[in-house]
Amino acid sequence: MTTTLTRPAPSELGADLRGRRLPTWGPTTVWSLAAATAVVGLLTPVGLARGLVLAWFVAALVPAWSFVVEGRRKATDRVVTHLVASAFVLALIPLVSILVAVVGKGSSALSAEFFSYSMRNVVGEGGGIYHGIIGTLLITAAASVISVPIGLFTAIYLIEYGDDSRLASSIRFLVDVMTGIPSIVAGLFAYALFVLFFGEGVRMGVGGSVALSVLMIPVVVRSCEEMLKLVPNELREASYALGVPKWRTIAKVVLPTALAGIVTGITLAIARVIGETAPLLIIAGMTDSVNFNLFDGRMQTLPVFTYSALMNPGVPAEPSIERAWGAALVLLLIVMALNLVARLVSHFFSPQGER
Amino acid sequence: MGTRRIREEGLRVSSTTEQTRRTAPPQRPGDRVFGGLSLGAALLILATLAGVAIFLTVQGIPGITASPEEVKYDTTFLRYVGPLVFGTLWAAALALVLAAPVAIGVALFISHYAPRRLAQPIGYVIDLLAAVPSVVYGAWGMVTLAAAIQPVYLWLEEHLGFIPLFAGPASATGRTILTAALVLAIMILPIMTAICREIFLQTPRLHEEAALALGATRWEMTRMAVFPYARSGIVSAAMLALGRALGETMAVAMVLSASGVISLNLISSTNPSTIAANIAHSFKEASGLTVNGLIATGLVLFVITFAVNFAARAIVDRRKEFSGAN
Repeated sequence: MTTTLTRPAPSELGADLRGRRLPTWGPTTVWSLAAATAVVGLLTPVGLARGLVLAWFVAALVPAWSFVVEGRRKATDRVVTHLVASAFVLALIPLVSILVAVVGKGSSALSAEFFSYSMRNVVGEGGGIYHGIIGTLLITAAASVISVPIGLFTAIYLIEYGDDSRLASSIRFLVDVMTGIPSIVAGLFAYALFVLFFGEGVRMGVGGSVALSVLMIPVVVRSCEEMLKLVPNELREASYALGVPKWRTIAKVVLPTALAGIVTGITLAIARVIGETAPLLIIAGMTDSVNFNLFDGRMQTLPVFTYSALMNPGVPAEPSIERAWGAALVLLLIVMALNLVARLVSHFFSPQGER
Repeated sequence: MGTRRIREEGLRVSSTTEQTRRTAPPQRPGDRVFGGLSLGAALLILATLAGVAIFLTVQGIPGITASPEEVKYDTTFLRYVGPLVFGTLWAAALALVLAAPVAIGVALFISHYAPRRLAQPIGYVIDLLAAVPSVVYGAWGMVTLAAAIQPVYLWLEEHLGFIPLFAGPASATGRTILTAALVLAIMILPIMTAICREIFLQTPRLHEEAALALGATRWEMTRMAVFPYARSGIVSAAMLALGRALGETMAVAMVLSASGVISLNLISSTNPSTIAANIAHSFKEASGLTVNGLIATGLVLFVITFAVNFAARAIVDRRKEFSGAN
């Protein structure tokens, strides 16, 4: 633990005070052995699952060894370290398994036809997700057009105008609560709203946008608020001192300074709602044809396509299931790309010393 | 924004001494428009939240009062929603029980156990779990996970069948409430991990170092310094995660082949459905008052999740006041 420049001569007393310890190479060696077990399990017929279980037991040798050498307290510490690290590995398993499943089952579906054809008049093989991509892009874009101004102006109100007023703090609290609205409730809200104007059984792309906005606005507000908070007050004061009105200070000084963070937050918010299925299932419906008009009739989207192609594959089932995994893969790639873009923007465009 | 207030008060003081200046800064039209827009956006959010409650209530009430003959599900609303509420709470509670220990472990791993340089990339990796769309989780759960876990259910039935939870007969497809709860657990893991991680990282450094200086091992330090400080935060993180699990639709809708029963059996092929999954299943074919009935079940779900989230956020906010000094 502690390293001193001049190492004192090992005395009986010192050893007694410190207690006996595992050699420093001990745990590392055992952990390498455990990792090797898992790799061997992966490569041989034993299988990765059994290999991981075996590796877990091998790694558990560290606390056992520690109990013999170091005593109860240190051993407890090592048991906890073992458990905490296994919790992390346990959390990684589904992530890896999902990626393997989606890439493995979906990559064979990808082709030029898959991206450029809709499912209109397609039975069995062939067809594609063109209609789903168009629907997803249009609905998400419209949702962003609704959410970004509302979310951004709310964040501006909270930081620049509301300060600590009762109204601002209650809005802050309700925005937090709003992040917890279930996505299907947002879909039902959009349906209940649109039924008033268009009558029963309404299905409309823009309804999906409204539903997604309900989910997106709180995320935008929270991230923009965090970013505006980071803008140093000195900048605002310098601007005021030059006689610049408050609104121009916000538009020309505060927002540009926070721009990278705001873009990151909005991109992450888009990534969050672009994969939403439930609200679109309710209000945007599903169709086999391309529909470019948000205000007219059903619109297919990638998540809903994945859902319906998996749940009602029809006969023969295989091509439909393959298309479903292909759509899932495309959706996953879009979401991952958005996440990557968000991280890159915040990495390269943040003002120095703020990240 | 304390400094700004001090500045404004300073202005006010100087202007009263000079007696010639105006006390209030000039209001330009641009300022009024901009301020109005911001306030309007903020109020619109309140209106949206109120709108969700109002529209669901208005559309839901005919469904609640509808007689059994008028709706597709052939019973009164209370009889219909009862098993669904049970299924929703049961699946969410199972998911929370499965996810909470792992989430706390991972959060602890990132905040206190992993090497410093690895902590941030590891955090990103866990956040990736949050980025996976719910429909992908559903597809993975119904195809990959269900098939992989089915032998485990057979084993559970054979060896632990005397416990009512594992009474069986084990489902042949593996698409049971426990599989759905597992998928839900994986889906709520990132949010719970993220909140716990933030709270663990806020533990006062001096408390930790004091514990270590007194000779505590790392675990003893965690138990004596980190956990007491983080307790209310962990509770609220768990409640937020519970809120997510209650409202999650696709995972349950795709994994479960539900039959609307009330059953504690985790591994059989007859499973209770959840409110959200039931709406996703039935909405397409519903018409007339059945739609209103489904919207009413959505209202019930909204009330439940709102209450859970409200309580969780209230705990977080109260905690903020207490720890304001840090």
